[in-house]
Amino acid sequence: MQIEPTQVVARFEICRSGFIAADGKVGAELPAFARERATLVALYRSMVLTRAFDAKAVALQRTGRLGTYASSLGQEAVAVGLAHPMTPEDVLLPSFREHGSQLMRGVSMKELFLYWGGDERGNDFAGPRRDFPVCIPIGSHAPHAAGVALALKLRGEGGAAVAVFGDGATSKGDVYEAMNLAGAWQLPLVFVVNDNQWAISVPRAAQTAAETLAQKAIAAGFEGLQVDGNDVVAVAHAVGEALRKARSGGGPTLVEALTYRLADHTTVDDASRYRDDAEVAGHWKEEPVARLRAHLVAEHGWTKDEEEALIEACAAEVEAGSEAYLAQPPEPPEAIFDHLHAELPTALAGQRSRMLEEAAR
Amino acid sequence: MTAAGLTMVEAIDLALARAMAEDPTVVVLGEDVGKDGGVFRATDGLLARFGPQRVFDTPISEALIGGLPVGLAAMGFRPVVEIQFMGFIYPVIDQLVNHAARLRNRTRGRLSCPMVLRAPYGGGIHAPEHHSESMEAIFAHVPGIRVAIPSSPAKAYGLLLAAIRDPDPVVFLEPKRVYRAVREPVSDDGRALPLDRAFVLRQGGDLTLVSWGAMLVETLAAAEALAEEGVEAEVIDLATLKYFDADTVLGSVARTGRCVIVHEAPLTAGFGAEIAARLAGEGLMHLLAPVERVAGWDTVMPLPKLESRYMPSAERIVAAARRALEYR
Repeated sequence: MQIEPTQVVARFEICRSGFIAADGKVGAELPAFARERATLVALYRSMVLTRAFDAKAVALQRTGRLGTYASSLGQEAVAVGLAHPMTPEDVLLPSFREHGSQLMRGVSMKELFLYWGGDERGNDFAGPRRDFPVCIPIGSHAPHAAGVALALKLRGEGGAAVAVFGDGATSKGDVYEAMNLAGAWQLPLVFVVNDNQWAISVPRAAQTAAETLAQKAIAAGFEGLQVDGNDVVAVAHAVGEALRKARSGGGPTLVEALTYRLADHTTVDDASRYRDDAEVAGHWKEEPVARLRAHLVAEHGWTKDEEEALIEACAAEVEAGSEAYLAQPPEPPEAIFDHLHAELPTALAGQRSRMLEEAAR
Repeated sequence: MTAAGLTMVEAIDLALARAMAEDPTVVVLGEDVGKDGGVFRATDGLLARFGPQRVFDTPISEALIGGLPVGLAAMGFRPVVEIQFMGFIYPVIDQLVNHAARLRNRTRGRLSCPMVLRAPYGGGIHAPEHHSESMEAIFAHVPGIRVAIPSSPAKAYGLLLAAIRDPDPVVFLEPKRVYRAVREPVSDDGRALPLDRAFVLRQGGDLTLVSWGAMLVETLAAAEALAEEGVEAEVIDLATLKYFDADTVLGSVARTGRCVIVHEAPLTAGFGAEIAARLAGEGLMHLLAPVERVAGWDTVMPLPKLESRYMPSAERIVAAARRALEYR
């Protein structure tokens, strides 16, 4: 064999897309769905509702009526955008900041409050029966998504799995292992990186030397792309295209949605310990809800009355969900035994009885 | 079944084939389980018979191999997953503990995880580093999973069928020292053996010996040696560690008053401690002597040249039995 001079054997590029700028103006030709007022209003409603839910959850936590809660403030466009193109046949495997996605999938607000309020029944979704509950350990649900996608492929059902995780999760082996398999087996799977720049106190730049998180897909052999994660149209468009590709046998895609965590990591975190107020203030100018509102006002004649009616309707919905949650009596204590296995093992029957005796005292 | 009977590896292969034939949702996954038939040949022939839609060679990627079946199982499949050696199972523990074991409970039954995680374990075959450990107690501690350990080819066949048919996750640990050491008749009748049930391998009224997996070889040899001295030992094969059959153990000790627990896992916090605690808590009035434990040392499993110094021998079991018998 002849020795060749050094050759380039692989090249890659990562593209970023966005349609609606921070001031609401259109910067690139909108996809068809984003030209329809009704669709945009529906997306806007979901984002406003998510933000209202979020505010209520924090308020409930502050008054001792909810557990530790992970706010999605400022990231509504990622959650809502990714859920918009999903169908009931698809399966969502969320991280813990996709409340907006879960609401759009049909998880009830009461169920969300129940889960964050410390009641497992919040994960027994009345609606999307196959969607996964949130994954608290970082990125360890990515392999589940590969399993779900394999199941969908084996059954030829046509749906796709959508796994969502944060920027920090891309540092983990689980995420790469799942991506690697999804590429090798061409699974119908969409990975969405909710890139909010901070993994608790560790900034994105300290997480990896890679210029983008999207390029992590390149090593696994499939397309990775970036979108403006504060532009709900950009997220919905990219995930929609990725889903189309996945469903038609084109394999996985990774969508990195660039956004910003405007809130603390959770209600027990104090982000002022590790990041500047000035940085946060700067990102408020990019945030997704005001952006779409500005666009609706400028391009679709969104009125003050419509805005007020929407705010009121969302507040009422959140209030109803919260009241339903607060009115829910706790499960009986034996529930901790009764759902561990399909049938109560004989060996646990004694422990269950002892617990009930203690509870009766 | 051949005239001479089957080895444990062959019995496992047979059980997998039977389970796959009777239930189309059973799929087999792992490194080298396909064309190669598994490094121990426990999945030999399954790819040829059931095809690439049922038997999957995964990348060498243990966190994935632990997590992939969670997604599959939640979608209605029954994955049987092979980890090649127990020493490589640790990256799987996160998936097992945080996800597989909890899925049914945390979704109040909406999703479940009927997966089986198979792994050869234990020492005595002069394997390389990280291949010979016996860390079953780690799994037995995890709420929401079962841990089954066969001791013979027939037990492997019946218990594996039970594990696959169980609607919840089961860790199925295969004593690889027994893989090819013995043959016994195995009837491919599709009959499962019960989980959560111990087996009395030998009856006796003087002393109770409790063990599982490959250590039953030494335990039965010790019982034989004791019989020659006129001591009748009852030998219990625990078979399922989680949930262990305390009634059989307590019932036996109620008759014999003396108990020796044998395992090759390290002594401290080994599963023998759980049995001893139950005997102390619920069988104290029957005990005529302190409960003896014969176990591996609290050391790293040595490389092959010293492994015989680590593993309990029949002599050590006999010595412990004598201490229990002579206690007054």
